[in-house]
Amino acid sequence: MLRTLAVLLGFQLAGEFVSQLAGLPIPGPVIGMALLFASMSALPALAAALRETATELLQHLSLLFVPAGVGVMLHVHRVANEWLAIGTALIGSTVLTIVLTAVTIKTCARWWTHRRGLE
Amino acid sequence: MTPHRLTEIWVYLSASPLLHLSLTVVAYLIADGLYRRTGRHPLLHPVLISIVVLVGALTATGTAYPTYFEGAQFVHFLLGPATVALAVPLYFNFSKLRRLWLPLAVGLVCGALTAALSAVAIAWLLHASPQTLLALAPKSVTAPVAMAITEKLGGPPSLTAILVVSTGILGAVIGPTLLDLIRVKDPATRGFAIGAASHGIGTARAFQESEEAGAFSGLAMGLNALASSILLPPLLRGLGLAA
Repeated sequence: MLRTLAVLLGFQLAGEFVSQLAGLPIPGPVIGMALLFASMSALPALAAALRETATELLQHLSLLFVPAGVGVMLHVHRVANEWLAIGTALIGSTVLTIVLTAVTIKTCARWWTHRRGLE
Repeated sequence: MTPHRLTEIWVYLSASPLLHLSLTVVAYLIADGLYRRTGRHPLLHPVLISIVVLVGALTATGTAYPTYFEGAQFVHFLLGPATVALAVPLYFNFSKLRRLWLPLAVGLVCGALTAALSAVAIAWLLHASPQTLLALAPKSVTAPVAMAITEKLGGPPSLTAILVVSTGILGAVIGPTLLDLIRVKDPATRGFAIGAASHGIGTARAFQESEEAGAFSGLAMGLNALASSILLPPLLRGLGLAA
């Protein structure tokens, strides 16, 4: 467990370093994820070693959002004033995003596998 | 034990990070247990219940959010390593990713733009304030990245955090049913759509469907963070919403 944590923190640190060094708009942890992916592709033993603890950590991913969510305390006033606009925007946009993304991938994948099948 | 002694202990504990860190983890464990026991009832999403319980407890004891966050930040911090860890399920599903890379790339750009533009458009039509619009734009992006985007554009990052969490819960709750309704069955497509709309909380839900759905949801979350941090700033400046 400790070794996995060290690897994850190391890649996050490397990601932050690259992000700052190159002045990229991409956040450090996302670059860290890309770097870890590349490293596992080069060294499959790393992937096998990380698998168990990483899966365990990801199973409790929702917990990590609780502290930020409790911050709703700071915005009670604004949310009370604009609840209709905020609520409608969140629901409408979430539905649209899920449906459009899924339909786009489905349509595109059908065309793509068909085209590759003909080659 | 005298009431005076109890007050002393309370004063000591409420000033240490230990109390609010424990409260956060215990509230979540209980909420998660309740969620499982009720067969994952949508309205009992553990993040939602934990937030309600914690806000109630903090309000009742007159504790300010910054005091709470001093303890809870240790949990919040793990969002970083968890984002890095998303590379692991992705690695084990790489063959499918390679086969579907183009449809997923098109879906990603479509999802990132729809998430931001539709939210801003709906709220604007309903007369939301400019600060609220800025906070809404990155609501489908994972919390730390979304907060960074809002901050960069001059919006309120802590409001973004709440909108991000609300969007996550919404996507996790309605996503699977919605996808059943439009008959999308492929686990990779389902996961990707849920992750693009509702980041980590959606990804946690997708992992309950299957490892494959979870892996693609995590991929969508990571890529959406990437796409939105590049696309949103110029887009919002172009719309005249940000300086």
